[in-house]
Amino acid sequence: MATLKELTHREDRFEGGHRLCAGCGASIAMRQIMLGAGTEDLVVGCATGCLEVSTSIYPYSSWDVPFIHNAFENSAATVSGVESAFKALQRAGKIPADKRVKFMAVGGDGGTYDIGLQSLSGAMERGHDMVYVCYDNGAYMNTGIQRSSATPKGAWATTAEVGAAQQGKPQKRKDLTSIIAAHGVPYAAQSSISHWKDLTTKAEKAFAVEGPAFINVLATCPRGWRTAYNMSVEIAKLGVQTGWWPLFEVENGEWTLSGPSKALTKAGRKPVEEFLKPQGRFKHLFAPENAELLAEIQSDVDEYWEYITKRCGL
Amino acid sequence: MKWDISKLDEWKTDDFPMGAVIPEAGNSKYYRTGGWRSQRPVLDRNVCTNCLTCWIVCPDTSIRVADERLADDWFDEDHCKGCGVCANECPVEALTMVPEGCEIPEVK
Amino acid sequence: MAEHKTVATTGNIVVADAMRQCSPDVVAAYPITPQTTIVEEFAKYVAQGRVHTEYVTVESEHSAMSACIGASAAGARVMTATASQGLALMWEELFIASGMRLPIVMANANRALSAPINIHCDHSDAMGARDAGWVMLFAETAQEAYDNTIIALKVAEHPEVLLPAMSCLDGFITTHSIDRVDLLDDETVAQFVGSYDPVNPLLDTDNPVMHGAFAGLGGPYFEFKKAQRLAIDRSKAVVERVGAAYSEISGRPFGLIETDFMDDAEVAIVVIGSSAGNARHVAKEMRSQGVKAGVVKVRCFRPFPNPELAEALKGVKAAAVLDRAESFGAEGGPLFIETRSALYDLEERIPIVNYIYGLGGSDVRLELMRQVYGDLSDIASGSAAPSGLTYLGAR
Repeated sequence: MATLKELTHREDRFEGGHRLCAGCGASIAMRQIMLGAGTEDLVVGCATGCLEVSTSIYPYSSWDVPFIHNAFENSAATVSGVESAFKALQRAGKIPADKRVKFMAVGGDGGTYDIGLQSLSGAMERGHDMVYVCYDNGAYMNTGIQRSSATPKGAWATTAEVGAAQQGKPQKRKDLTSIIAAHGVPYAAQSSISHWKDLTTKAEKAFAVEGPAFINVLATCPRGWRTAYNMSVEIAKLGVQTGWWPLFEVENGEWTLSGPSKALTKAGRKPVEEFLKPQGRFKHLFAPENAELLAEIQSDVDEYWEYITKRCGL
Repeated sequence: MKWDISKLDEWKTDDFPMGAVIPEAGNSKYYRTGGWRSQRPVLDRNVCTNCLTCWIVCPDTSIRVADERLADDWFDEDHCKGCGVCANECPVEALTMVPEGCEIPEVK
Repeated sequence: MAEHKTVATTGNIVVADAMRQCSPDVVAAYPITPQTTIVEEFAKYVAQGRVHTEYVTVESEHSAMSACIGASAAGARVMTATASQGLALMWEELFIASGMRLPIVMANANRALSAPINIHCDHSDAMGARDAGWVMLFAETAQEAYDNTIIALKVAEHPEVLLPAMSCLDGFITTHSIDRVDLLDDETVAQFVGSYDPVNPLLDTDNPVMHGAFAGLGGPYFEFKKAQRLAIDRSKAVVERVGAAYSEISGRPFGLIETDFMDDAEVAIVVIGSSAGNARHVAKEMRSQGVKAGVVKVRCFRPFPNPELAEALKGVKAAAVLDRAESFGAEGGPLFIETRSALYDLEERIPIVNYIYGLGGSDVRLELMRQVYGDLSDIASGSAAPSGLTYLGAR
């Protein structure tokens, strides 16, 4: 667990000059995770999506580490190949036995929850020594805000439109972190760009694990969420404070609610409206005819909170 | 800059590294996104406590630190996009976003 | 000639053995009939500690090629195997592997593509991937499958090439039939393929690079494709040189194409894979009956041996191209179209017809070959017009 001051001594390996939007949550997530990862050699693989596309526009790379992009659904499989190569080459004596390299695969919720789920599941199941990071901004943002299985219920998306017949996405969000925890990986966690200490600490833990680790990070998308671009950290914080996005970790099967979320069990959660109201993608929920849907969303949050806190023994 | 891409627009097929590999990691630092912004953060050093919150939340690695504090040349004008997350998150309101009237030649 | 041992075994077993002898650092593979015994045999080597390979039992073929790409970009020597639906599933990754210039070698057990689902031999899977930028060698026998796999690796990793390569062998016919194969010893193969010298490996962490950049938005994508074209054009001479060097060691011939009785042939069959044996058998029969029949087998399909094929067929009075794959909507199958193109510039036009045969493992009986030569003789004598496309032996 490093302080900010301690973190400033680590090299910032996520460079400026990338073309992500002003206020992009994914870039905040990457900076914090890579600082949390420490100073050891790191190889990164990233799925097609906002983060990859904006940090790899030829001839520019925003990654101060070896980096590979392959396709949309396979960053986990690709990085499992890199990690396997490392093991093999080290075994063959082509890489010094004492060299240590860390491996990270990254994907958005699109490339992780949906098209990338198989590849992620396989890599976690096989036990590769790697960290998978999902920057969850709740839709296929890079292609223009289409719904993913991570899109919140009731959210507007271009493929879950709002109109007389439908009020945005009908389905609840998929609970991916629990799915990955169910793989029995040594470490799985849920974090947010709004809580740097939580995120950098979890990153440190994930990279310290020998074996597969997974972190799901709430990452605001000002464009897709229709929020002001200076609000990215603030709105994610509301996601945490309303209990909509609980922060927790599962270490070798042990579920623990993280500090900022644990505090809510005493202080109480803010009503989910406070998270939804500032976001343009939810504005239809505040029409009087949608009162029931809004109430439903609150009860979904309550239900999920019940489930997570119970699993964390609270 | 290890890899000289200044004349890339004139390169022929053979001039490009094979397989579209970019041989210099992190070279986007030479690409200026500072021209994107319409506002910039201004720092009041008297109010700033060097808590470093602005530094850890900046999406564009545009706040420089040295010796565990904001550096003298803390503001990376080449890359800041003026998102204002830093000012929004500063706990002591040491940062204020002001309209941009910047010095970068491409924008001027 | 090098030390060798002669075995009676299946094509899949010797392909696995060739892979073992090539010492891949990583094999990421997923089982699919009729490739399965390749990956099972290789798994035995892993369990026995006979290879240092990191064997990644991925959860699908798409992940197999994805992991292969990661491993190859990392700087490892990478090999794998698949067939049919598996090859189809990894289709986008084939283009990515060649676009990224990664010398991955893959054995393909040629099997029909669904639908309807069919596990037997035809060339639709490999042919479906013919535009993916891979070097493609096709084997007639288990011996050739063994030889081609080793040759493919040396070609792929050659600094003038650096493209992925496929070593194709006929599903069930070659993969599962017991045949006589002369194997080279481990030392000879190791020396022949040498060690892999990766370009811009990810694991050279002192010189971090980016693989898979976004060259869209007006980027130089066109130029990278041109570089790929130049590389595969260069690969032809490399295939020939490597094939010749291999011949020196093995005592077995290797050609981009291989011909039988073509010197004075009047009627000729052009064919790929195991059915070349059927054609050759019947051509011998024809010869004994006074028919000047010949066979041209295409062993290297990518890069396509246009001038060699034209040279071999020059002077022939009628030729039949046998395609064990369709190209629906085109005038004929893939081999037919490319052969016709190869013949286009010849001074004298050769009547050339196309037979689609053996799809889905449909039995390639000798009488079908006799029918073809019979048809060709009719065309050559002028008593029949060229028939275009025929489904040979279909009801």
